Amino acid sequence: MDQPEISIRNLNLSFEKQQILKNINVDIPRHKITVIMGPSGCGKTTLMRCMNRLTDLNTQAKVSGNIFIGDRDILNTNDDITEIRKMMGLLAQRPYPLPMNIFNNVAYGLRISGRKKKRFLEKRVEHYLRQVNLWEEVKDRLRDPAAVLSIGQQQRLCLARGLAVDPRIILADEPTSALDPISSQLIEEKFAELKSSYTIVMVTHILRQARRIADHVVFMYMGEVIEQGPANEFFENPQMEMTKSYLKGLFY
Amino acid sequence: MNRRQAEEYFFRGLMFISSTFIIMVLCHIIYSILSAGLPHLNWDMISKVPEGGYYFGKGGGILNAIIGSLYVAVGATSLALAIGLPVALFMNIHLTKWKKIVNGIRFLMDLLCGIPSIVYGAFGFTLMIFFGLRTSLLAGIITVTVFIVPIMIRAIDEVLMTIPRGLFESALSLGSTKSEISYRVFFKQSIAGIITAILLSFGRAIGDAASVLLTTGYTDYIPTSLNQPTATLPLAIFFQLSSPILEVRQRAYASAVILIAIILFISLLARILTYSYKKNKINY
Repeated sequence: MDQPEISIRNLNLSFEKQQILKNINVDIPRHKITVIMGPSGCGKTTLMRCMNRLTDLNTQAKVSGNIFIGDRDILNTNDDITEIRKMMGLLAQRPYPLPMNIFNNVAYGLRISGRKKKRFLEKRVEHYLRQVNLWEEVKDRLRDPAAVLSIGQQQRLCLARGLAVDPRIILADEPTSALDPISSQLIEEKFAELKSSYTIVMVTHILRQARRIADHVVFMYMGEVIEQGPANEFFENPQMEMTKSYLKGLFY
Repeated sequence: MNRRQAEEYFFRGLMFISSTFIIMVLCHIIYSILSAGLPHLNWDMISKVPEGGYYFGKGGGILNAIIGSLYVAVGATSLALAIGLPVALFMNIHLTKWKKIVNGIRFLMDLLCGIPSIVYGAFGFTLMIFFGLRTSLLAGIITVTVFIVPIMIRAIDEVLMTIPRGLFESALSLGSTKSEISYRVFFKQSIAGIITAILLSFGRAIGDAASVLLTTGYTDYIPTSLNQPTATLPLAIFFQLSSPILEVRQRAYASAVILIAIILFISLLARILTYSYKKNKINY
């Protein structure tokens, strides 16, 4: 494997007395879709939240270990945290559009990083909306509030908004769980296109979705990584007994 | 009819009776004020300051109290907003990590909301003496501000608490600082609620008599500076109502009508403002 985009080393996280993540070691390859899979409550979302340091919001969570992006340990650094978070776009379980119009939702990230020229903003907003196939649907109502969009459109708007801050990595936490099948398919197709320029990490508990789009799989159970590897090896020839029974649908 | 259905009818009936009862009581209060006050309301009441002997039934009006009350209420509400909005945003954005501290502040604020306003009046009075202030518009504004700040903070806080965590986290992962989230995201999402909070505080500020009783003094003139004493509507109503002369007592009701009309006007204004500002709000 080439130099991985994200390397997680000996990551432990405990919340009060309960240990949520146990000695996690994971490599996430560059410009591929990595799917973190496992039953509910296995710690997959928590693992993702460690990557963009949303775990900071919780004082009771004790985190130790290292997360390297390139050579930089983003877990133990005093660098500006907003800059670390900007490297990673987040797509949440359900869309959380900002309370402003469609245009400003995408322009938000550009504006807070100091890009305020109107012409520039118009060009970039169009670019990102086209990138998520939303431009044709909204070009005549850019000044309407984001709340008027359907939930599937809102999720694509959130993706566009995330791309607009020019991240290297896209973190997606069950991004299709609130969407209808057609909207879900649009998101999946988008991910397949975007992986040529972004590293995508996606959490899912839908086995079929993982099979459809994963290039690399991390399988977790009870806070531990059971198995990880390229998708075809993982699905065709799993090494661990637990993985085999999970893939057979014996537990979820 | 089985037991569950009977239960349903019983509780629905109970709710209906209590709703009707409370609406009837409110209507009766408004009706008795209007019927006692409207016939005695005239243009002189709202356009003139009291002439000599006004409190014995001679000519004049209560313009001094109307203007005085507006000065006190607008001044105090603006100050309370300037203090309350940052505090509420700070509690909900910067202090999210420290839930216990935030809950402690909330408890304290609820406690302060429950203290009778006469205590604030007395507190304001001791402050005045300490700083060597006289009864004045300024002292009234400061006292009323102290009195309504907890109400303002809790009202805004309740609105901010309804903002989902996902929106906060989404805004963080776009690389926003917490102050950017405060004024670009949370403020916009909760603007309708903030207007309601302003309205609530304004209503308390303009309607309260006890907190201004010891601090603003009373005068027949419209104050022209912050150092002058001022009349207020609740006190005007109080003084007129305690008069032995019937005509003056009737004017007290007319003054109450004016007070209600001001609050009604502010409420309507706030509703209209809210309507045009909340179009960008996301309903989760």
